[in-house]
Amino acid sequence: MPISDILHETYRALTSNKVRSSLTTLGIVIGIASVISMVSIGQGAQGVIQSSIEGLGSNLLTIFPGVVQPGRGIVSSGRGSAQSLKNEDVNILRAVEGVASVAPELSRRFQIVSQVGNNTNSTVFGVGPEYTIVKNLKLSSGVFINENQSRSLARVAVLGATAAADLFGEVDPVGKTVRIGGINFKVIGLLEAKGGAGFGGQDDAVFVPLSTMQKILVGDNYLSTVSVSVADKDLMAQVKDEVTFVLAMKHRVDPAEPDFSIISQADILGTLNQVTTTFTMFLAFVAGISLLVGGIGIMNMMLTTVTERTREIGLRKAIGAKKLDISRQFLAEALMLTFMGGLIGIILGWLISVAVSTFAGIATSVSLMAIIIAFGVCAAIGIIFGYYPARRAANLNPIEALRYE
Amino acid sequence: MLECKNISKAYKSGNLETRVLKNASFKINDGEFVAIMGPSGSGKSTLMHILGALDTPTEGQYWIDGQDVSRLTDDELAVIRTKKIGFVFQSFNLLPRTSVLRNVMLPLAYAGVPTEKREEMAKSALRGAAFPEGFWNHYSNQLSGGMMQRVAIARALVNNPALILADEPTGNLDSKTGEAVLQTFQELNEKHGRTIVLITHEREVAEHARRIIQIRDGQIISDEIKK
Ligand SMILES: Nc1ncnc2c1ncn2[C@@H]1O[C@H](COP(=O)(O)OP(=O)(O)OP(=O)(O)O)[C@@H](O)[C@H]1O
Ligand SMILES: [Mg+2]
Repeated sequence: MPISDILHETYRALTSNKVRSSLTTLGIVIGIASVISMVSIGQGAQGVIQSSIEGLGSNLLTIFPGVVQPGRGIVSSGRGSAQSLKNEDVNILRAVEGVASVAPELSRRFQIVSQVGNNTNSTVFGVGPEYTIVKNLKLSSGVFINENQSRSLARVAVLGATAAADLFGEVDPVGKTVRIGGINFKVIGLLEAKGGAGFGGQDDAVFVPLSTMQKILVGDNYLSTVSVSVADKDLMAQVKDEVTFVLAMKHRVDPAEPDFSIISQADILGTLNQVTTTFTMFLAFVAGISLLVGGIGIMNMMLTTVTERTREIGLRKAIGAKKLDISRQFLAEALMLTFMGGLIGIILGWLISVAVSTFAGIATSVSLMAIIIAFGVCAAIGIIFGYYPARRAANLNPIEALRYE
Repeated sequence: MLECKNISKAYKSGNLETRVLKNASFKINDGEFVAIMGPSGSGKSTLMHILGALDTPTEGQYWIDGQDVSRLTDDELAVIRTKKIGFVFQSFNLLPRTSVLRNVMLPLAYAGVPTEKREEMAKSALRGAAFPEGFWNHYSNQLSGGMMQRVAIARALVNNPALILADEPTGNLDSKTGEAVLQTFQELNEKHGRTIVLITHEREVAEHARRIIQIRDGQIISDEIKK
């Protein structure tokens, strides 16, 4: 039987019981829509995390004091309490081949009060002039801390976007004064918002010269982190090894068991990618279950149809239909249902993900890959769940089928 | 030409085996008009299904035009049915909620006839079965029994088969309509040279044929040719 005839028969069969066909299709629609929307949420989250980490500066090595314990990830047991990184380390690092620039920092949370009387609890970073380059920061107004200021214990501050908004609202803070730990600082610059709240937290932060931070605010000359930007991406591993070696020598410790740890951008990305991939897989798995239920719905309907139409199948076989003609007809019905369901499901899933990002503010991204896979899954469901009923129909004996009541 | 040699058919249900046909042997030549007679339950329909390549005998052999049909697979039988045989079922077996024309065209789709040709062939088959033209687009389940019978006959004719098998074609009809249907068969036989085998348990109906095979309890008890 030519394909055009099969399609015609399929259309007639499916439209002859519209309610049942649409309910069965609905199962697939829900399954596919949830897979598409869940995966889009997962991939959206992945994209956001990835871009905000890349936004922190590329080719970046971050040196923490203390040890990263194996199996406990990048959370250092010693971080914060360990004070193994000192100002002297910075110059040694600058001398390492392949290092483009070094940005030491010391951070601590402070209560900050503006001259208007607003206050906020933000992280204060003591940094040098190279900090903007290494961390990829841009100023929206004013200037950043310069060489002079960082050497002369200048009481100047650059505000992150969130901190500025908390302290001064919409007003340009440049030229105003803030009080940090009881000391007045003159605001000389305002950073552009970076977004990606939580990662690095440069928006809710205040930057002051490193020397001012160490000598006046904290009263100690250790560093909380040193960021090293590497000249070329390909040199990352090499620079990491070299940095480990020279720092260990300086600290007089075994390079195999240093009193600091180095994390590269790639490490963080890798770990977070792993987390978000697991997250996406989990969402897809949960959604996949509803797709499976939809597939079982198709099979159920096809089996009912085959039973109901036993006499019709018997007749078709009696007037010359071969097994293949019959099995194709029923397989076509199952496939038509799943494709219809898949198409509507993809559109619905896409709408859901658009709605989620518009109304819930969660970033989503519907990838072409997800759509292709969804369609593939539809075809597979149609074939897998349609095959058994179709084969059952094809193998009916015409005479027995015609006698069926 | 059809030839049966010692064909038997047994149905098994559990341990019980019932032999519905027992060692039937006969030949039917091209262009014959044969009636098979017998009481209800004697195995007429069973025999007819075997003759129509719808079923295979459990024992014995059966040839259609010299080809041994008794051991063919389902799909091979399907090809024989589309090419050589038109079958009129005892209970019509039309597709409900489907127009008369589509019902008649259905075998053509399976025979691989191109779409454009089908409608013309179906119409000429309907004319051949004397089915009134005004009802061609009616649904088959909206017709009277006599009309359904004619649709079933038209469907059997549509492939221009050399062999037409009709299982009690007049069983559901009043004597006048029945007579007209028989007239149609007689014409097909005499004018178009088709081989016709029909089943009946009525003597008057059987009288239209030139040869009568009598069957009882699955056995052929007489086979007479009229002059
Ligand atoms: N699939 C089957 N399984 C078991 N027994 C069957 C089956 N088909 C037919 N029979 C039996 O075979 C016997 C003959 O049936 P068949 O239909 O050939 O009779 P028939 O001569 O056509 O009768 P009628 O004139 O009433 O149509 C019956 O006793 C019937 O019960
Ligand atoms: Mg019968």
